[in-house]
Amino acid sequence: MNCDFVLTTCPYCGCGCNFYLQVIDGKAVGVVPCKTHPVSKGTLCIKGWNAHQFVHDEKRLTKPLIKKSGRFEEVSWDEALDYTAKRMLEIKEKTGPDSFGFLSSAKCTNEENYLLMKLSRGVMGTNNVDHCARL
Amino acid sequence: MAGLVASFGSGAMTNSIDEFEDADCILITGSNTTENHPLIANRILRAQEKGAKVIVIDPRKTQIGDLADIYARQNLGSDVAWLNGLINVIISEGWYDKEFVSGRTEGFEELKAKVADYTPDKIEQISGIPAATIKQIAEAYAKAENGSIVYCMGITQHISGTDNVMSLANLAMVTGNVGKRSTGVNPLRGQNNVQGACDLGALPNVFTGYQAVINDELRAKFEKAWGVKLDGKVGQTIMEMMNNAHDGKLAGMYVMAENPMLSDPDINHVREALENLDFLVVQDIFMTETAQLADVVLPGTTYAEKDGTITNTDRTVQRCRKAIEPIGDSKPDWEILALLGQKMGISNFDYNSPEDVYKEIMAVTPIYAGISYERIENETLHWPCPTADHPGTLFLHSGTFSRGLGALKSIDYREPAEMPDNDYPMQLTTGRMMFHFHTGTMTRNSPALHKEVKESYVEVNPSDAKEQGIVEDEKISIASRRGQIEAKARITNKVGRGVVFIPFHFVEGAANVLTNPALDPVAKIPEYKVCAVKVEKI
Ligand code: SF4
Repeated sequence: MNCDFVLTTCPYCGCGCNFYLQVIDGKAVGVVPCKTHPVSKGTLCIKGWNAHQFVHDEKRLTKPLIKKSGRFEEVSWDEALDYTAKRMLEIKEKTGPDSFGFLSSAKCTNEENYLLMKLSRGVMGTNNVDHCARL
Repeated sequence: MAGLVASFGSGAMTNSIDEFEDADCILITGSNTTENHPLIANRILRAQEKGAKVIVIDPRKTQIGDLADIYARQNLGSDVAWLNGLINVIISEGWYDKEFVSGRTEGFEELKAKVADYTPDKIEQISGIPAATIKQIAEAYAKAENGSIVYCMGITQHISGTDNVMSLANLAMVTGNVGKRSTGVNPLRGQNNVQGACDLGALPNVFTGYQAVINDELRAKFEKAWGVKLDGKVGQTIMEMMNNAHDGKLAGMYVMAENPMLSDPDINHVREALENLDFLVVQDIFMTETAQLADVVLPGTTYAEKDGTITNTDRTVQRCRKAIEPIGDSKPDWEILALLGQKMGISNFDYNSPEDVYKEIMAVTPIYAGISYERIENETLHWPCPTADHPGTLFLHSGTFSRGLGALKSIDYREPAEMPDNDYPMQLTTGRMMFHFHTGTMTRNSPALHKEVKESYVEVNPSDAKEQGIVEDEKISIASRRGQIEAKARITNKVGRGVVFIPFHFVEGAANVLTNPALDPVAKIPEYKVCAVKVEKI
């Protein structure tokens, strides 16, 4: 058996508690609070204690999907990304950059927010980028 | 955050979480702190143990309201009125900080004249808070050595949200409670990286670090860094995008890890908007209601399967570390975006790791420039942190405000967009609850959390329930001008007379079928916190 504890940040609220994710044979199985963290100081709330549970949920999406005549079909990453890139560039060409919009996420990392923002501004050429925190 | 930007010149929590413990008075409004930010609530309660007065002003008497030294229930949407009332008492009693007001702020005389209209009797009439309580709160907060204000979406989700925040900033400045330890105006962010999403420029008007897209110099900097030409006009907000999609003026959207089908006000409008798009891409971990409407669905990963950084509500940049391999064929979101950028023919989307991306962020973002992966291995760093040897910033606005002088704003109270009438005689307010998180994409798929509260409910005041003959657990109908849902009644004194509360985490009985998409004119935040409804037996 292979057991690891990986220090990371809770995915739920803005308190930003840190905890150790317990990993056994490649599966996240539990959470251990971090004593030295300035916010958590060794405790967590019920959401934090259960933060490993949804990771291995069987309903997780595992394959890229394209809707073909109304139904989702599993496709390769190459096909999904080629198709997406093509459609986005077509829209940019046909109706202009500002006819496209991006919604970023307060659940994703800083790096991911940066890349989505760069994709919107630097590639599609539009400032139509926002996230749900207004909501 | 527009309110804080107008008042102080910067839109984040002014102070850090650790400082709450040493405040003498903490005024909390529009935040269900114990349920939504439990570990911050702990800190506040520790301050109370050490002698601090805790004041809670909220339309719902939640747990933190029960524990407070002073609790007041205001009428929905009356915040500007009672805040002006508090400031009026503080000025006329001479409890304000004259030195701070004259040295660090502008607009005092106008504010003084404005709030003079808000007499305790008038406040009682508009807000329902007794005149004596207003005075008690004013005295406790103004006389405290270090007074701290905490707020959350109960303040911002109104058509007057920006006004509410500026009024809180007025209160803090008039009493000199900003720019020093254990004070300030502190918005608590809901989801774990709201602060980061804003900091990194996922906003229509700014690049990273709040650098304005309309500023030619800043835009030129990004054009140079990215090697492309950039557009200099402000983009559309999420609400504007939805309206444009609805009217056929937006052709496509890319949605990353969000479920606007549940989180937006007026879900029916959102469905029509998304269905109207020629092309919709959704990147998420589950087949959400929004993903079902997509043309392409790209499987991202959870936090456990990726590296990166996240910025918490008090501006601390922290690491997220990869613990396991991506499930199935899913990919970390950063990798999906990098691959797509390359496919779209852009050469500088060539990143090998999140740290690669982060180094680029540091190079173009002054407030993050001194915060490296290396440093946060051992140090807790709050932005702004402009250089590699800068210690980071625990509290903002010490000595001077980001905008120079703090702006005291004279603001009038306005009624919520939709007041009760004969057809819809009650008021609805919405919010989050302890066991679930935002739209439930993560929590509802966690057995332990889902078990705690399985289905939606509506809180009804005992007097209203009695009048209509509604009993505990009875399924009742709640209707607004936009739609109708059913939910089980929970009869409780948490809500006042004439008000019902519904949490918005559930697909069945989604409260946002009912809510009003009327927007705050500045922040463009919809008025989730109040609309008119009718409540009936089925
Ligand atoms: S453990 Fe609880 S309080 Fe801490 S970050 Fe997670 S959800 Fe927030």
